[in-house]
Amino acid sequence: MEIVVCVKQIFDLNQIKEDAATKRPVTEGVTRKISDFDKNALEEALRLKEKHGGKVVVLVSGTKEAAKEALAMGADEAIVYLTETDSLGTASLLAGIIQPMKFDLILCGEASIDEYAFQVGPRLAEALGIPVLTYARKIEVNNGTIIAERELENRYEVVKAHLPVLVTVNKAINEPRIPTLLQIVGASKKKITELSPEKTEIGVETVNIETIEMKRKEIILENIEKLAGVILSEK
Amino acid sequence: MIFTFSDNDEIAFEILAKVREIADSQELSSIVLGKHGKEEDYIAHGADKVFFIESELHADLVVDCISTLIDQHKPEVLLIGGTRLGKEVAPRIAQRYGVGCATDCIDLSIKDDQLNIQRLVLGGRFIATQKFVRKPQIATVMPRRFEKKADKIREGEIIEFACEPAEPMVDVLEIMEKAIQEVRIEEAEIIVSVGRGLKKKEDLKIITDLAEVLRGAVGCSRSIAADLKWLPEQHWVGLSGHKVNPGLYIAIGISGQVQHIAGIRDAKTIIAINNDPNAPIFKACDYGIIGDLYEIVPTLTEIIRKQV
Repeated sequence: MEIVVCVKQIFDLNQIKEDAATKRPVTEGVTRKISDFDKNALEEALRLKEKHGGKVVVLVSGTKEAAKEALAMGADEAIVYLTETDSLGTASLLAGIIQPMKFDLILCGEASIDEYAFQVGPRLAEALGIPVLTYARKIEVNNGTIIAERELENRYEVVKAHLPVLVTVNKAINEPRIPTLLQIVGASKKKITELSPEKTEIGVETVNIETIEMKRKEIILENIEKLAGVILSEK
Repeated sequence: MIFTFSDNDEIAFEILAKVREIADSQELSSIVLGKHGKEEDYIAHGADKVFFIESELHADLVVDCISTLIDQHKPEVLLIGGTRLGKEVAPRIAQRYGVGCATDCIDLSIKDDQLNIQRLVLGGRFIATQKFVRKPQIATVMPRRFEKKADKIREGEIIEFACEPAEPMVDVLEIMEKAIQEVRIEEAEIIVSVGRGLKKKEDLKIITDLAEVLRGAVGCSRSIAADLKWLPEQHWVGLSGHKVNPGLYIAIGISGQVQHIAGIRDAKTIIAINNDPNAPIFKACDYGIIGDLYEIVPTLTEIIRKQV
């Protein structure tokens, strides 16, 4: 089975500080990491490969470091690109890369934990004209079909589609592996293709970005009765 | 012209109220998919027109039907309720038209057909104001941001719309309703959350008892889920855990580190219970009480149990 996994390298959000004067985020010197659910997507791809054979190609939005990490986890090959764009630009770019490839399954995290936009997976499926199964917490592939258990607000849905399919996964699907030192060293022999995409078309422009002023009341209550009163009136 | 759609009527009504407030002169149409019976409700809540489509709520069908309506009516703005279905169909429709989409918007403004939105970025610590490069301008709106308003005597037009969508590419085989404790913390309206102030795992009962009387979900800080593993990951609230937007968030024995606060920015009311008067949570809450959670919480549970 030929599996493509899309991952995004993001800033370590815990390290982002705010500029006291402009209130804008400061990202200089902040380390980067692969976004959490994207690691779940890669882990799931590796497990499917272990079961069904085939190949895992990882498409990395980010630096070569992230590509190396994905290869150390077990991907066979990485394609890496770094570009400033939005969900429209990313999905269109990915569709262009994937279109000529042979693939049965595309796996994405349901959202990146910096933007939480939930967009790239559904957009990419639409661009490629293939079915999309979002918010999957369990998947099984059998004879050219995939069955997924999707997690929605108040229910789970078991859904089925014919390959090729795009699936977005959530955190509950697995526990991503941590590569061993041997795997990290071994990954240096694997193929990384670096792309320098042309400027992509974007759909949304950010006019301003700043820290949120917390406007909370900060009222200290003297006793439990008052606390209960507040809770009962707020619920 | 502005279009709205949501598979959740409540969120649709919240959006209608907001649009009436900020762009009352615009023609406002709601797309309603499902069974007959609620079209009049949409008019009462602010829609001028309702396009009613008798259909099941399947994402593939929703995408096709809304696209057909966009082709015919060319709305400048499409606002979709930020449910899980909404957040799947909005980007799919946007990709079809090669336009942008902003998900989970917390505020909107419309001026001369231009939509500006605000949404949280960088894990909820920053707020971005965004605008759209092309039309249709598509956004999903976070639940519980706006107050719905109904006016029974409002008049509007109901249009039965026969949509001819393509055969869905995804088959739904089975639907399993979640038990109340399985409802995702992101969707919970009341959350009782616990942190490192709890001394041992067995004491979680104090917390779950309070959650039970309030019919709320149980949340926790990083250390409880990731380090001690006393609660599964789905209860973890914070930057690396889950972002939540309840009406009421009760933080018990949680010091209130930046990462945790980032996850609860959208909570309407935050209450803190902590024995350390200098804990940062007291600077990020609406109401706080200083004291031992082992004394406060069981008493609180009993008082509330008697009143509800």
